[in-house]
Amino acid sequence: MNAVVLGATRGAGRALARALAARGDRLFLLGRDLEELRRSAADCDVRSPGGAAALGVAGCDLLAPESAAPALDAAWAACGRVDAVVVTAALFATQERLESDRELARRLLEADFSGTVLFCEEARQRLLAQGGGTLCVFSSVAGERGRKPVVLYGAAKAGLTRYLEGLDHRFHARGLRVVTVKPGFLRTSMTDGLPAPPFTADPDEIAPLVLRAIDRGTPVVYVTPVWRWVMLVVRSLPRFVLRRVGF
Amino acid sequence: MSSGENGERLAGWGGLSVPGRELRSEDLAAVARGAVLTRGLGRSYGDSALPPPGVLTVAGSALADRILELDVEAPRLRAEAGLSLRALVPHLLRRGLFPPVVPGTQFVTLGGMVAADVHGKNHHVDGTIGRYVTRLVLLTADGERVTCSRAVEPELFRATLGGMGLTGHILEVELALRRLPSRWLLAESLRVDGIDAFLDGLEQSARAWRYTVGWIDCLTTGRRLGRGVVFRGRWATAEEAAGRRERREAQRSVPFDFPNWALNDATARLFNAVYTRCHPRRPRPRVESPRRFFWPLDAIGHWNRIYGRRGFTQFQCVLPERERPGAAKRFLAAAAARGGSSFLCVVKDCGEEGEGVLSFPRPGISIALDLPLRPSTAELVRALAEVVIEEGGRIYLAKDAFVRRDQFARMEPRLAEFERIRARWDPGRRLRSAQSVRLFGDPA
Repeated sequence: MNAVVLGATRGAGRALARALAARGDRLFLLGRDLEELRRSAADCDVRSPGGAAALGVAGCDLLAPESAAPALDAAWAACGRVDAVVVTAALFATQERLESDRELARRLLEADFSGTVLFCEEARQRLLAQGGGTLCVFSSVAGERGRKPVVLYGAAKAGLTRYLEGLDHRFHARGLRVVTVKPGFLRTSMTDGLPAPPFTADPDEIAPLVLRAIDRGTPVVYVTPVWRWVMLVVRSLPRFVLRRVGF
Repeated sequence: MSSGENGERLAGWGGLSVPGRELRSEDLAAVARGAVLTRGLGRSYGDSALPPPGVLTVAGSALADRILELDVEAPRLRAEAGLSLRALVPHLLRRGLFPPVVPGTQFVTLGGMVAADVHGKNHHVDGTIGRYVTRLVLLTADGERVTCSRAVEPELFRATLGGMGLTGHILEVELALRRLPSRWLLAESLRVDGIDAFLDGLEQSARAWRYTVGWIDCLTTGRRLGRGVVFRGRWATAEEAAGRRERREAQRSVPFDFPNWALNDATARLFNAVYTRCHPRRPRPRVESPRRFFWPLDAIGHWNRIYGRRGFTQFQCVLPERERPGAAKRFLAAAAARGGSSFLCVVKDCGEEGEGVLSFPRPGISIALDLPLRPSTAELVRALAEVVIEEGGRIYLAKDAFVRRDQFARMEPRLAEFERIRARWDPGRRLRSAQSVRLFGDPA
């Protein structure tokens, strides 16, 4: 299959791009830094059974929504047909940092919500125009409840999750498959330095799970799966409990 | 940022640890800028990958692990320094390629291999990894990105091979590769009864076999001193390997620290006796996978836990056997006399000295002892270092945690040249480690 990945240079996106390349899929990589994208493209090429996975790269920034359309046009031009558009890119910062840095908070809310949504709108339009395809977007378990350590980040991810849910309902019949990925805590540079909670996973562990969800068009996938049950409990906790606990 | 203040510790493979933690990023240069040291997968045994006292962070390279170019024709590889052999080797084997030199574990990064200028079972013919490195990209102490090779900044290049990360943070490595006749090795082992027969067996094997190494039972003394097993192997030809198929090899792990008493003289003696007898006197060749041949210990995760919570250290030295015949024998006798009882004693004949200014191997016999940490271990190591100095040998920095600065200076006439080159790139000695403070006298 042909996949367009936004965020493949780092973390979960890097692991996912490698997993796609390793099974022979073709990739078009989007991101902020062209040189970084070329290095990741070379890395994916070596991992591909045929020795060539990358069909090209193009610049795209969630903080510059106008960059989405030309980047996706370039991807479609290189791929012909795109079977899946994958978004793993996002910003993250601790609640403490976001509270003390208003500019960072603005950028995070913009990148993780409106920037991602506007990118998905462009992708959705193109996928529908070719008769369907998969849109796989990384949201987060942080968007399931309002919680003390993730007030702002969680709010952006909650909004994103709701948008993706609505998108699924509205366009499913026309062939759009929306896959919302809800990772728990991943050991990546995004979370480097934070104390790792239980059920922390490595990007390489979750990549095959996300791949399977993309192949099957699973609407919502928790990675690792244990988070489905953890969040079931967290969603059912009464307000007075969440006010008291630290997570 | 939290940095070691939550009781986090950084440890060497032997278990020795200090307060601190790694800063990890895919962008290694970003975390290395401002860091005193970059650390790979932490497989050096002693304190070479630990920060100096008072410094709580080091850069970690493990996330900088992209393969940037694999030229199958040359054949040549260019990759980021955090790439591990474990991640790389399957991609090479698939193309009939292999790293020209590999150490005893695949859990090492390319950067770590260059920094320690690692050697393997083929040192007697192929030298260290440094011989195959064609280009390095470093982040030097002043934050500059410097590309060096034999043609460009050759001094910096030579000092970085075996320079333990003190000349600059290694960001990228370019390496020549070996083309294989098959993906399998033809290997055999033979039991030998004494040190003379053992060294003889190693020398005989060296002529016909690309890979040789030996294991000796250090607990036997007197006539049987040096009872052991010689292992040898070479890449199998296509015919010899015909019909072999890859199998998933079982991965076991030591789930917890053994109690400290579990490994004592009696259990070590028992193991050694059984282990010796597992090998025939007359070699029977067998076909083995690279993983089994090069990295048998990697099949057991956390094998260092058998030494218990106290941990262990390794003492590895190389002795100029040709100039001083009997040096290895005298060293082993001295070790046995001082109670340097070792579970694992690995012996290897080394070939030509490499280009690295502080590279470990030189022509002679290399001996590596695993020593459980006891209150007396530091003294034992220093006593062994004296024997090494006496015999004109040197120690392997990637293994050491206890040798004294004055001892290092006496066994390392090349130190002055290393410091001269280092002074040009890092006059303030900003780049340093717990080990360089101990051995090079760097500011703490």
